[in-house]
Amino acid sequence: MIEVKNISKSFDQVSVLKNVSILFEQGKTNLIIGQSGSGKTVLLKSIVGLHDVDEGKIFFDDTVFNELNFKDKKEMRKQIGMLFQGGALFDSSTVEENVIYPLEMFTNLSPSDKRERANECLKRVNIINVNNLYPSEISGGMQKRVAIARAIALNPRYLFCDEPNSGLDPRTAIVIDNLIKEITEEYNMTTIVNTHDMNSVMEIGDKVVFIYKGEKWWEGTKDDIFDTENEELNSFIFASKLSQKIRDLKNS
Amino acid sequence: MGLFYHIGRYFLLLKKVFAKPEKHSVYYKETLKEIQKLGINSMGIVAIISLFMGAVITIQTAYNTENPLLPTYLIGLGARDSILLEFSSTIVALILAGKIGSNIASEIGTMRVTEQIDALEIMGVNSASFLILPKIVASVVFAPFLTLLSMFIGIAGGWLAGTAAGVVTTENYVYGIQYAFNPFYITYSVIKIVVFAFLITTISAYHGYNSFGGSLEVGRSSTKAVVHSSIFILLFNLILTQLLLS
Repeated sequence: MIEVKNISKSFDQVSVLKNVSILFEQGKTNLIIGQSGSGKTVLLKSIVGLHDVDEGKIFFDDTVFNELNFKDKKEMRKQIGMLFQGGALFDSSTVEENVIYPLEMFTNLSPSDKRERANECLKRVNIINVNNLYPSEISGGMQKRVAIARAIALNPRYLFCDEPNSGLDPRTAIVIDNLIKEITEEYNMTTIVNTHDMNSVMEIGDKVVFIYKGEKWWEGTKDDIFDTENEELNSFIFASKLSQKIRDLKNS
Repeated sequence: MGLFYHIGRYFLLLKKVFAKPEKHSVYYKETLKEIQKLGINSMGIVAIISLFMGAVITIQTAYNTENPLLPTYLIGLGARDSILLEFSSTIVALILAGKIGSNIASEIGTMRVTEQIDALEIMGVNSASFLILPKIVASVVFAPFLTLLSMFIGIAGGWLAGTAAGVVTTENYVYGIQYAFNPFYITYSVIKIVVFAFLITTISAYHGYNSFGGSLEVGRSSTKAVVHSSIFILLFNLILTQLLLS
């Protein structure tokens, strides 16, 4: 479980997050949605400690993460996996080396055990026969899956995904979404996904939080998101012609 | 004000860089890779430039000492002193600032803008130390070899050019490079290149590590890395010369 309580964050006098409180449940995929510039990436980066919050507390189960000292925070981070928007794979390392990297850094496994674990993770995300290729030699969807494999290599308790579907075609996006959901349930992790893709909401939104102008505007599940009366959320959900058409068809 | 801000941030970055490594074996492997990338891969350019610079210095010295009262071995002596005292440390450092400085800044800058550094931080890795320390160790350890290589090839280039142009005989040139030789010149040169290598690596890494934005910003960081490294090389050249030779 991850809980943020009354967190606020400003950059140069500009308030980006305003008194946000959310509970993200374990074993579920928790989605943060919102328009570009609404503050959802800042929220995600604040939770993982890439930004220091101005006010509030961030709980990782019983631990107040943002109040830990540098050493303890570093230790805690070994239980965190993160999938970045662009994958953030190390360019100069092969696919296999990318997945082995956290094992190399934080375990004392033998080289063969590390390789075995890396292959296990790659197999789990359906990546085979590309171990010796570099990230630039594989497709965007494969890069995302390798990034997921790297994120789960150390069996993390918390998984963060920043716009995992950006730049992917709809079919590949669904594959990535389902993979995130499956892995979350399999490892019983607390997963937080940052997205503005409504398909993701429909696919994996166990819990959905809508951020608007740096504030939590709405929270619920994928099942009740379309019944909301919330004006800002409705304008976000039905922004595209396609979704407007579906709404009209449903209403008629 | 901006200068103090950057100096402060530079030293804060160095504090992070010199923290205890997470795993020595990984850092050791990274250092070997960096020696290959920053050191061994620079040998070619250093050798070519040293050969031609040695040749030019010798011909220029011969031109400036065209006087029947001056012995021709002075050509070898002049070339030797120019190469040992200034060329093989300062000029080689300026060349390295262009080659490895831009390489370091663009590599780390690209890692920053593509969130690879964030990925390291999320894993609990001290990204500054992991990325920069092996580069510092590699360049500081290997740069003296580049200087020694430059000295040897520069003097050889001077001999080739001097004898080919007929401005000095082999005997006189060899006598000149041995005449009143002070071994401290080599020590002085090595001390200078070690300091310069440290400056190039850390200044370039600082610019790369603090890149934000996109490819344009990475390009700017790379340019700043070369310009600032070159300025500090010249400044420290003056300081070290005053300290070591006065």
